[in-house]
Amino acid sequence: MSSAQEQVSGWFMLNSKIGFKLTFGVVLTVLLAIGIFAFFNIQSETKSLLNEVKRHANQLSDALKSDTEYDMLHNDRGRIHESIRRLGSQDSIDRIRIFNKAGAVIYSSDSNEIGEMVDKQAESCYRCHSAGKPLESLAMKERARVFRPHPDSSRLLGIINPIYNAPSCWTAACHAHPKTQTVLGVLDVTIPLTEVDRDIHRSRLAVVVLAISVILILSLIVGYMVRWWIDRPVQELLTGMKHVADGNLAYRVSVNTDDELGMLARSFNNMTEKLAQARLQLFQSDKLASLGRLAAGVAHEINNPLTAVLTYSSYLLKRSKGQSEACDDLNVIVSETIRCREIVKSLLDFARQTVPKKRKADINEIIGRAATVVESQLTMGKVKLVMDLDQTLPRVTVDANQIQQVFINLTVNAADAIGESNGTIRITSRAISLQPTAVLQIKRALCPKRHDLVDRKVRIDAKPAISMRYRTKEGTGLIYLNPMYGSDQHKLNGMPVFGDNVELLCPDCSVSLMPEGEICPQCGSRIFSFEVPLKGFVQGCLKEGCGWQRWEQVDAAWNDEFVEVRVMDDGCGIPETQLPKLFEPFATTKGQKGTGLGLAVTWGIVDNHNGTITVESEVGVGTTFIIRIPVES
Amino acid sequence: MSTVRDILVIDDEPMVTLAVMKVCSAEGMTVTVTNYAAEALRFLEENKFRLVLCDIMMHELDGFQFLEELARRGIHTPVVMMTGYSTVGNAVKSLSSTGAVDYIPKPFTADELLTVVRRSLRCGTLLDEAESAGLPRNGAMSYVPCPANYYRLGYISWVEMEDKGTAKVGVSDLFLKAAEGISNFELSAPGEDLVQGIHCAVAISTDGSVHDIMCPMGGKVLEINAGAQSNPSLVEKDPYFRGWLYRILPTDPQSDLQWLDL
Repeated sequence: MSSAQEQVSGWFMLNSKIGFKLTFGVVLTVLLAIGIFAFFNIQSETKSLLNEVKRHANQLSDALKSDTEYDMLHNDRGRIHESIRRLGSQDSIDRIRIFNKAGAVIYSSDSNEIGEMVDKQAESCYRCHSAGKPLESLAMKERARVFRPHPDSSRLLGIINPIYNAPSCWTAACHAHPKTQTVLGVLDVTIPLTEVDRDIHRSRLAVVVLAISVILILSLIVGYMVRWWIDRPVQELLTGMKHVADGNLAYRVSVNTDDELGMLARSFNNMTEKLAQARLQLFQSDKLASLGRLAAGVAHEINNPLTAVLTYSSYLLKRSKGQSEACDDLNVIVSETIRCREIVKSLLDFARQTVPKKRKADINEIIGRAATVVESQLTMGKVKLVMDLDQTLPRVTVDANQIQQVFINLTVNAADAIGESNGTIRITSRAISLQPTAVLQIKRALCPKRHDLVDRKVRIDAKPAISMRYRTKEGTGLIYLNPMYGSDQHKLNGMPVFGDNVELLCPDCSVSLMPEGEICPQCGSRIFSFEVPLKGFVQGCLKEGCGWQRWEQVDAAWNDEFVEVRVMDDGCGIPETQLPKLFEPFATTKGQKGTGLGLAVTWGIVDNHNGTITVESEVGVGTTFIIRIPVES
Repeated sequence: MSTVRDILVIDDEPMVTLAVMKVCSAEGMTVTVTNYAAEALRFLEENKFRLVLCDIMMHELDGFQFLEELARRGIHTPVVMMTGYSTVGNAVKSLSSTGAVDYIPKPFTADELLTVVRRSLRCGTLLDEAESAGLPRNGAMSYVPCPANYYRLGYISWVEMEDKGTAKVGVSDLFLKAAEGISNFELSAPGEDLVQGIHCAVAISTDGSVHDIMCPMGGKVLEINAGAQSNPSLVEKDPYFRGWLYRILPTDPQSDLQWLDL
C-alpha cells in the first residue's frame, strides 16, 4: 500500500470513529457560534468607535463655529484665518475649511486652497447636493462621512456643519448676507482615522485570537471528554465483543461507570457469564451424549466376544466340578467375565440418561455404580478402592447419572493423584445434619441500585466476598463480609466499633445499605440489608459479638438433612496456591493430560443440587473432597 | 426325511453359535447351528425343531424379519431371542405379537442359557398340548385364565393398570408352569426403579435353576406382595390375583404399553 493510500485509509478510520465524529460535530458548532459572535462583536465595536470619533468631530466643529461667530459678524477675516489655521495645524485634525454658498473655499487650514472652487459632486458636498437640489438642513447623522482621498491613503472622517443664516447675520454692520439666504456656507472639518483604524484593527485581532484559543481549548476539552467517557468504554466494549466472538467467554469488560455505557458493559458481562455457563452445560451434555453413544456402541460390540468367553468358561466350569485346581481358575475367569458384563451394564445405564431427572436415589448405590465404572481403570495400577458406606443413609433426591459423574470424576482424579505408586482411595458416606449457616453461600448480592456487591477479587476461604463501604465522622473504608450465610468471620479492615454512627454504603454508588428504622432483634443496633436476586433479602448485624443474620426465604424452607460423601486419596496433594482456583474451568493441574473441566463440571453438578463441595489437601499427604447434598433438593 | 431336533441356533457370530452348541449338546440336546437366517428357514422347512434361538441384530435378515417370515410360513416353533443389554427394547418388541416366547440377554453363562432353553422347551410342549386340546396358541389360554384387561409381556409377565395411576405386576402362569415348581422368589425392594425388559425379580425353581423374570413395565416399586414372597405356591396357584409381585408407579406407561399384548 502506498503512503497516500495509507493516509486515506487512516483518515477513513479516523472518520469512522464515533469519538472523532462527536468531537468534530461539537467543534464545528462551537466554531460557528464563536465565529458569529466574533463577527458581530467586531462590527459593533467598530461602529461605536467611529461614532465616538464622529461625536468628537461634531463637538469640535460646533465649538469652532461658535468660536468664529463673533469674528464673522465683525467680518474680521484675519482672526478667522488665524483661528482656523491654528486649529487645523493640530495633529488630530487633517484640515478645516469653510465654503461659501457658491462652493468657493473662503477659509482653510491649508492656505493654498483658499479661493479654489469645489465641485458640487466632491465628496464633501455630495451629501447635500446629491438630490440635484441642495438640502437646506442636514440631520446630525448625515453630516459625517468616511472616505479615502486616494485608494492607498488612510481613512478620513469628514464632518460638514452648515452655517445657517441668522438675524444677526443680515443685520450685521457689513451686510454681507441678504435675509433670503438660508445657508450661508459650510464648515468642513476632516479628521484622520489612522488612530481609530489602528484601534479597530487591534481589537479585531484580539477577538480573533480569543475565538481561536476558545475553540482550541474547547475542542481539546471536548475531545478529551469524548475520549474518556465514550471512546475508551466503547473501545473496551469492542475489544470484549471481539474476544467473545473469538470464543473467549472468560473475558470481562472493565467499564465501571454509572452511565448507559457502564450499564451496557455490565449487561454485556452478565450475558457473557450466562453464555459461558450455557456453553459449559451444553459442552457437558454434549460430552455425556457422545460418551453415551460410545458406551452403547462399545457395549454392543463387546457383547458377542463376551458371550463366547462367558459361555465357554461357565461350560468348562460346569464340566470340571471335582477338579479343584481347574475349577478355581475357571471360577476366576467366569466371575471376572461377569464383572465385565456388569461394567457394560453400568455403561449402558450411563448411556440411557437423556434429560437430567431428579428422583429419589440411594447415594451408596450411585457410588457403587461409579466405582464399577472406574475400577476397570484402577486395576491397571496399584490403587486400592476402599468403600466405607453408611447403609442407613436416607434416599436423596438427585439426578443419579449426574451424581455418578461426580464420583467418577473425583475417583479418577484421586487415582491420577496417586499415579504409579501404591495408594488407597477411600470413599465414605454418612448422614449429617447441617444448619444453613454451614453450607449456604451467598453467591449474589445487590445494593438497592442493583450494583453487584460480590467482589470476586477478594476472597474469604476461597469464596468471593461481599464488599461494603463504611463511613463514620472520622473516615471511610472498605469491609468484606464472609459470603457463607450466618458467618461472622468478616474482614472488617479496622472499621470502628459498629454503632449508630457507622453507615454502610454500596462501594459503587454510595447508596445506604442500612434501611431506615430496621433494627437487630438481638442487640438493637441498626442492620444492613441487601438483595439476593430471586432469593429474597439477607439482613444482618455487624455489632461485635452479635453477628445476627436473617435470610427469610431460606430459613423458611430449610431442611437440615444432608448426605456427606468424602473421597480421600493418599496421593500427591494439591499445593495451597492452587486450591482457590481448583473449581474454575480450564484450571487443570494435570498439564496436557486434563481438560480442566472435570472439577468445574463436578462443582456445577453439586451446585445444581444445592450441595457444596469442599477440598482439604496437603502436599505429599493426600487430598479429601467433601460433598454435601441436601436430602430434599 | 423329517426328524425332530431340539434346537436351531441362528447368530451371525460363529463363536456364539459354537458356544451355544457346545453347552446344549453337552446336556444331550440335538443342536443345529447356522450363521445365516435364510439357511435357518431352509432347515426349518426340512426338519422339525422344538426350539429356535435367534439373534436379533443380524446382517441379512434381522430377528424381526425372521419372525415375520416364520409367521408367514405357518411355522409355530417357539423362538427365544438373544440380544445384548443395549437392545433390550428390541427384545421387548420381538415378544409382542411377532411370536417370540422369551429372550435372553447376552452375554450369558452356560447355566443361564440352559435355564432359558429348558424353560422354553417346556413352554413349547405346553403350547403344543394346549393346541391339541383345541385352545388358541396365543398364551391367553392356559391353566389359570388371564383376565382380559391385563397386558402381557410375551408368556413371561403381566401388568394391570390400576385406577390411581399405579400398576400391579405379576408373572404369567405359563412361565411358572414351564419353570416347574418355584421354591423361592427374590424381589426388588420398595423404592427401587424397574426398567421394562430388564429382569425385576428372580424365581428359583426346585431344581436350583435361576429364572429371571423380565419386567413388563418400568417404574418405581411402591409395594411388594409379602404373601407371594413368603409363600411361592400362592403365586403358582393364583398368579393373576393374589399372587401379584409388585405394585409400581409407572414412569412412562404409554410408551411401555405399546409393546405389550392385551
